[in-house]
Amino acid sequence: MDFIKQLKKRMVKINGKEEMVQGQTLLAYLEENGYSRDRIAVECNERIIPKSEYEHKILEDGDVLEIVCFVGGG
Amino acid sequence: MNTPLPSREEIDAALALRHTKEIQEKISRARVAVCGLGGLGSNIAFALARCGVGHLHLIDFDCVDLTNLNRQQYSVSQLGQSKAFALRDSLLAVNPYLEICSDPVRLTEENIPELLKEDTYLCEAFDVPEAKALLTNMVLERFPEKFLVGASGMAGYGNSNGIRTRKVFSHYYLCGDEVSDIEHCGGLMAPRVMLCAAHQANKILELIIEHEA
Repeated sequence: MDFIKQLKKRMVKINGKEEMVQGQTLLAYLEENGYSRDRIAVECNERIIPKSEYEHKILEDGDVLEIVCFVGGG
Repeated sequence: MNTPLPSREEIDAALALRHTKEIQEKISRARVAVCGLGGLGSNIAFALARCGVGHLHLIDFDCVDLTNLNRQQYSVSQLGQSKAFALRDSLLAVNPYLEICSDPVRLTEENIPELLKEDTYLCEAFDVPEAKALLTNMVLERFPEKFLVGASGMAGYGNSNGIRTRKVFSHYYLCGDEVSDIEHCGGLMAPRVMLCAAHQANKILELIIEHEA
């Protein structure tokens, strides 16, 4: 069952763009897309995702994500 | 010849003349924390102090260094002093009746909840990206009712209009161009850092005027 659930493709919106993902965790998505875990803040469906949940949060159909990435200087 | 120090009433009346009484009362009541007192934070604090923000909380563990003076609001006479105290002295020279709380400490996961609990409007004005992310995540998780205005991307020179303010989440705004970092765009220079600081201070002011009772 979990296997089938993971195979299903989902459409999520990330930083305003529709993207197709395949049953992956937020952490896997972030790593695949080159985000540095310690330099970002992530909101999913208007809720901030604590860093401890990155590895458990499965991207679901219709999720709306905002990822903020910080650069140095101040 | 020394001019006598103006009274609190005289300064309040001058601010009300410029800003209107109704708006000035809101600004005077507001509690703002500035986290990080470098190029961003020292300029934000100056702008807010000049507006007459009644309660300023200045937080930075660092001391004034010669390499800070290209963009930060300190002077050679303050070299070696704690930024939290040096900046307080400079702001009180503008308006001696402001309530300013200086905390010369590093913000950490452990002390953020206690240190920021009294402040309604928070500025993230750090320089290290990991520190920016830590504060932003902690504040958004622990204090969803507060307003946070942060910054990312203001290195280099030129492209003034690249600096903008963007509403990211419901209580979180981000200023800067979000790309110009110190590794790729050269150093930090006063005009562009001040532009970004002005964006932050301006958003804080707008939030105060919209949300203070």
